[in-house]
Amino acid sequence: MATRTLNFKIYRYDPDKDASPYMQDISIEIDSTDRKLLDVLVKLKAKDDSLAFRRSCREGVCGSDAMNINGKNGLACLTEIDSLAQPIVLRPLPGLPVIRDLIVDMTQFFKQYHSIKPYVVNNSPAPEKERLQTPEEREELNGLYECILCACCSTSCPSFWWNPDKFVGPAGLLAAYRFIADTRDEVTNERLDNLEDPYRLFRCHTIMNCVDVCPKHLNPTKAIGKIKELMLSRAV
Amino acid sequence: MVKRLVVGAHYGFRDWLAQRVTATVMALYTVYLLVRVALMPTHDNAAWHTLMAGGFTKFLTFLFALSLFYHAWVGVRDIWMDYVKPLGLRLALHVLTLLALIGYSGWMAQILWRL
Repeated sequence: MATRTLNFKIYRYDPDKDASPYMQDISIEIDSTDRKLLDVLVKLKAKDDSLAFRRSCREGVCGSDAMNINGKNGLACLTEIDSLAQPIVLRPLPGLPVIRDLIVDMTQFFKQYHSIKPYVVNNSPAPEKERLQTPEEREELNGLYECILCACCSTSCPSFWWNPDKFVGPAGLLAAYRFIADTRDEVTNERLDNLEDPYRLFRCHTIMNCVDVCPKHLNPTKAIGKIKELMLSRAV
Repeated sequence: MVKRLVVGAHYGFRDWLAQRVTATVMALYTVYLLVRVALMPTHDNAAWHTLMAGGFTKFLTFLFALSLFYHAWVGVRDIWMDYVKPLGLRLALHVLTLLALIGYSGWMAQILWRL
């Protein structure tokens, strides 16, 4: 089987041992069955088990292995090795506290996600069967519900870097619109009130890094625009 | 004071909209001015004076200036919000920015109406 060598520069930091983070040069032999970056990371981990990173489903569904790959956020399991220039520089997602190596503390990210109440609120008595939607109403949710909360978008957003505690961030705002757009939800006004603030929604300056990095090809900027449009339509 | 994170000042949408409206006013004024300048027979001081001293142009120029100042207020305040974290310092910068822009508005009126 044909083998070749890959060169990596990987961000390493173990707060129990290291005074400060450093970049480690690592080379590894891979063979033709290693297609994705995650395959190689698993190999690297077998070689040096002190390397820490998150991964689970290895097929772009769980969103665990988000990291900064050659300067751009992405999922290791969806990134083709052949698409990357060497040395492959791996860093943790920017803007979140590092727990160890490529693992970041996602608390702030999920706090913002929960702040938009990511569930349908419906206080009407439940019908005998499920709450129905027309195919057109259901269509509105496409491009919104597919988010896997990997945090690639929010951690590539400069507005989120500067105000992670106050700006909801692209992932949270995409989810906010997902429930605003849901015809079964009854608290649209409260949801808009919750975002009508100079920080929570309006820190978005349409930089569109979120759209650029989303591994599921979703468009948070478009969702944010639709929220602004709804605010406009209720204000004038 | 307890350390609680508070958000919910309900002026985000208003300022976002105002920024777009003022941008449109400035864009339209730029087109108007370019057309008027292109149509000027000569480009000497007298011709410029006639253009800028006209009542309609004066009104539009003042509207442009006010739009510019409101637009700048939202933009500059955004910079303070993003990069200046200490509350006291940020408030001071907000107030200074506002005062400067209000001052500029008066100054602009004075310049325009002495023509």
